[in-house]
Amino acid sequence: MSHHKVRITVNGTAGEDEVEARQLLVHYLRETRALTGTHVGCDTSNCGACTVMVDGRTVKSCTVLTVTADGTDVLTVEGLDEEGEMSPVQKGFQACHGLQCGYCTPGMVMSATGLLLEQPDPDDDAIREGIEGNLCRCTGYDMIVDSVRWAAAHGGAGTAATAHAAHAEGS
Amino acid sequence: MVGASVVRKEDPALLTGRGTFVDDIRLPGTVHMVFVRSYLAHARIVSIDTAEAARLPGVLGVWTHADLEGLPATRSVPGMERPCLATGKVHFVGEPVAVVVATDRYLAADAAEAVVVEYEELPVMASIAAATAEGATPILDGLPSNVVLEQQLSATDAEAELAAAPHRLAFALVNQRCAAVPMEPTVCLSDWQSSGLTIWGTSQTPHHMRNEIAQMFGLSQQEVRFVAPDVGGGFGAKASFYPEFLLTAELSRRLRRPVKYVETRSENMTSMVHGRAQQHDVEVGFDDEGRLLALRVRITQDCGGWPDATGIGLPTLTSFMSGGCYRIPTIAPSFRSVVTNTTPVGSYRGAGRPEASYMIERVVDHVAAELGMDPLEVRRANFVQPGEMPYATQFEGIVYDEADFPGCLDKLLEHVDYEALRTEQAALRNDPEAPLLGIGFSTFVEMGGFGPTPLFEQFGYVGGWESANVRLNVDGSAVIKVGTSPHGQGHQTAFAQIVADQLSVPFERITLIHGDTATVQEGIGTMGSRGVPVGGSAVFKAANKVRDKAIRIAAHMLEADESDIELADGRFSVRGAPQQGVDMAEVAVRAFKPHLLPDGFDLGLDETAFHEPSNLSYPSGAHCCVVEIDRGTGKVRIRRYVAVDDCGTVINPLMAKGQIHGGVAQGIAQALIEEVTYGADGQPGAGTLVDYTLPSSKDLPRYETDHVVTPTSFNPLGAKGLGESGATAAPQAVVNAVVDAMGHLGVRTIDMPCTPQKVWRTLNAALASQSESAHQNGS
Repeated sequence: MSHHKVRITVNGTAGEDEVEARQLLVHYLRETRALTGTHVGCDTSNCGACTVMVDGRTVKSCTVLTVTADGTDVLTVEGLDEEGEMSPVQKGFQACHGLQCGYCTPGMVMSATGLLLEQPDPDDDAIREGIEGNLCRCTGYDMIVDSVRWAAAHGGAGTAATAHAAHAEGS
Repeated sequence: MVGASVVRKEDPALLTGRGTFVDDIRLPGTVHMVFVRSYLAHARIVSIDTAEAARLPGVLGVWTHADLEGLPATRSVPGMERPCLATGKVHFVGEPVAVVVATDRYLAADAAEAVVVEYEELPVMASIAAATAEGATPILDGLPSNVVLEQQLSATDAEAELAAAPHRLAFALVNQRCAAVPMEPTVCLSDWQSSGLTIWGTSQTPHHMRNEIAQMFGLSQQEVRFVAPDVGGGFGAKASFYPEFLLTAELSRRLRRPVKYVETRSENMTSMVHGRAQQHDVEVGFDDEGRLLALRVRITQDCGGWPDATGIGLPTLTSFMSGGCYRIPTIAPSFRSVVTNTTPVGSYRGAGRPEASYMIERVVDHVAAELGMDPLEVRRANFVQPGEMPYATQFEGIVYDEADFPGCLDKLLEHVDYEALRTEQAALRNDPEAPLLGIGFSTFVEMGGFGPTPLFEQFGYVGGWESANVRLNVDGSAVIKVGTSPHGQGHQTAFAQIVADQLSVPFERITLIHGDTATVQEGIGTMGSRGVPVGGSAVFKAANKVRDKAIRIAAHMLEADESDIELADGRFSVRGAPQQGVDMAEVAVRAFKPHLLPDGFDLGLDETAFHEPSNLSYPSGAHCCVVEIDRGTGKVRIRRYVAVDDCGTVINPLMAKGQIHGGVAQGIAQALIEEVTYGADGQPGAGTLVDYTLPSSKDLPRYETDHVVTPTSFNPLGAKGLGESGATAAPQAVVNAVVDAMGHLGVRTIDMPCTPQKVWRTLNAALASQSESAHQNGS
């Protein structure tokens, strides 16, 4: 199995690593970069627990090979932090009880953040559409929809995600 | 605090990626275990060639059952214990045959691919019909047939009562096999050191796991530490024991390194226990007014390839609950459990009670259709009345606690304009372009607050109690340790609310420790909606013991009589003299000053309490589902879902709402979408999330919820439990609505899941038979 050098910036921190050609981005983030907030829930890209943002776009990191992410800027759930405060989306999930076991939650938060970057004021249908690729087995989704609406009304995607997206656009 | 919608304490960690799930734990030197699993459903193992795999880079070893002499089997019915790795024969697709350990999980997976297993295929019986057919091969060695357990739970088979009833109806129901699909699959990490064994594992029952593992290895319980940190959903399926817990431990012992196992989703779909999988043959006798006179239910459970210790007990619970919330003079349940070449069946949200609730709620709708009555009138004619509570059923020990079944239905109808819906339904039926409208009800009762001990002993647990310890620190903050181990239920928040009230300590200054057998005194676990009713009651009792002791100290400090001490806003004061007082922190400090306390005072404010429920509790409620069926495609759309639940005391309305939503979502999904299927060759038709469709945000409706509160007298909090109510109530609310939408065409039944194709076929068959009979009548 061939090895390759990759330079990937994760949550603003640059890193240079040698990775196996077949390694998935989610494993790179979890194992190499020790950022365990991004979760693995399936092996078919159906569940969305591994959702992160690569150059301003939400992707399921279990379908991305680390080598193809060479040179990118990745934002994970750990990077949403706003000087010790949770982002509006994270706050919305707590305020509206949009999580129970919390396993799908990081991926769900990233998808919701991505949605709010694209559509700052989505209606319920647009929210359901926006998070359709993320499965939650606990909540039945209703309160997740409420959470995203709450976030839209209290600052939207948040400063870290907005800066990440702006950086991606500029580069 | 009890009754307040406070947001959860556990959320910030989970929301920022700082939770600790088992696969997040890093121990130096950890190696990775991967299974070689059977791709055949029933076969004799002729040989296993591990040589090539063992030579691959990074591989530390490959083991088959023969290499693990003496490794015990997992608990089940005596004579049906399952070995960790197949011994000579495989029973289902996905059964582990060998294990590989390598330095990296990719390398371990490569090596598992290189293990060559030669099989001799055996006849496959992947359904109840095949496993019970004439000449079927017994799957379990040493048993004469695949029917492994048969039981009649009543003195009569009700034949005389059924024959004597003015009306008699017989029909069959299928409660299809479902998968729990917690978003986090099974994961464990074992570290066997000379001082003992530590296992981090995805489990709902850490203390039970510790006890089982200690016994299997002949270790003392002190030498085994089981930790269930954050657990990504369980839904009953993580209460079962899985081979990987034992295998990682054994291999860690042999390799003297930590061994981790991370299940993939496709493995999870065939390896984690499935739920439901029951068939019911029902006969009901009733009179002209719709009063139910006799009920006979013959349950056949598909156990899968190995009878699961919990799974095999579930038809008993179905039998006990077969009368639902109705007064039925004669109930005659019986069951048989059948082994098939499929994944083992265990508990899944509601575990045995949703099956009963579905059955009896379909019965009342059948009776209504037969008599041309309104389904609500049949329900009202049969309800056990509030004045009859507690209501002793014919089953020993099954006593319904305080409840108001008709009151729940009345409250539901405050939210639903039933008459207007019926009017709209009739109008839509006459418009061929409009969808068909269906209205379905579910008036249900289920079991919560699991215990007491005699019941739990039958499932292999030490007891049915729960334990809690509450400690007041010298700074006036408090720590709770509890034996229940949550996986999303919000115990950290709910239990802090209980303690905040009892000790008048700020909610923010209370923390919860759970899920670690080294730090939590004792425990049974989280299942059967027992978190608040049993765990919460233990917390309540422990907090009260601390409070009583603190009052004694405060009385001593204030030189007052204990009976004159009041506690409010964190301050003890003397009744009638509010200026005289001491705060909680001062009392906590004093608790450690023997020279300033009465002689012989037991120092500290640290109390443990156990709560043994005197009985199960019985959550109940009334749900209504309104569906629209597209005539062209058969697709069912849920237009409204309204749930009125009686879970007794509500600790946190926000979290209660979440529990109802989640349960209802799973119930709707069972009714419309989910089903684990097998081909005749035992190959799973649902081996990944591509073919096992979980509902997404676009498949589920908004939910409307409300409560009736009749506190139970069976525990000090008055709480009955709530986690399983939604999954127990929803399937029949949806299916009754689907059948109701087509009722005018003579449709009486449809099996779950009501997929568009199945509904379309049912609808068109009904239309065809109606036009045929119109044609005949016309000619």
